[in-house]
Amino acid sequence: MIQVQLSGEALDIQACVNYVSAPEAGGIDVFIGTVRNATKGKQVVRLEFEAYEGMAIKEMQRIAAETMKQFSVFRISIHHRVGILQIGEVPVVIAVSAAHRAAAFEACRYIIDTLKGHVPIWKKEVFEDGAVWVAAHP
Amino acid sequence: MTIRLLAFGIAKDIMGGSAADIAVGEQPTVLNLKNALEQRYPELRRLKSFLIAINNEYAPDSRHIQPTDEVAIIPPVSGG
Repeated sequence: MIQVQLSGEALDIQACVNYVSAPEAGGIDVFIGTVRNATKGKQVVRLEFEAYEGMAIKEMQRIAAETMKQFSVFRISIHHRVGILQIGEVPVVIAVSAAHRAAAFEACRYIIDTLKGHVPIWKKEVFEDGAVWVAAHP
Repeated sequence: MTIRLLAFGIAKDIMGGSAADIAVGEQPTVLNLKNALEQRYPELRRLKSFLIAINNEYAPDSRHIQPTDEVAIIPPVSGG
């Protein structure tokens, strides 16, 4: 079972954990992304996230479905936030439940790694002296 | 044919808006569109890369674009 969500508001980590909880599960792995205060030594003021919403949801669902095929997991929850995020806030939560912990760890890592490479969501880093779309230029 | 292209992230900045009408030949492919975009917006060439999505899926260069397709330019993604 898969749950994918894009939200303009603060993410509810417990809701993700609750969704993947199952009596058959021996473990739940959770990845929580957080906004870091600096990049390459430069102080970050805030991040701004933008999404191509329909496609972002479709891609996250596709990634979750691929994960279910590749790993022995029960349930997956992927929540991503869009809008303005301050230092320390949470742009993404991924929760995975499985009978055994190895699959949960591996699947969770696979999901965040793949999400970062494929899902049409973009973040802009805002500094005191300007803003940069992350990873846009070589 | 004119393609209504949705733009996001840095592509929106480069193209001056969240959508643009791009003139291409008849029965255009994704490659035709990419070439037309780079001609009209040379700054796109400075990006690491960009992809085209049709109807919410990544599309290869060879894909033909239909008048009813939803087409978007996808600059390098940075979610998560």
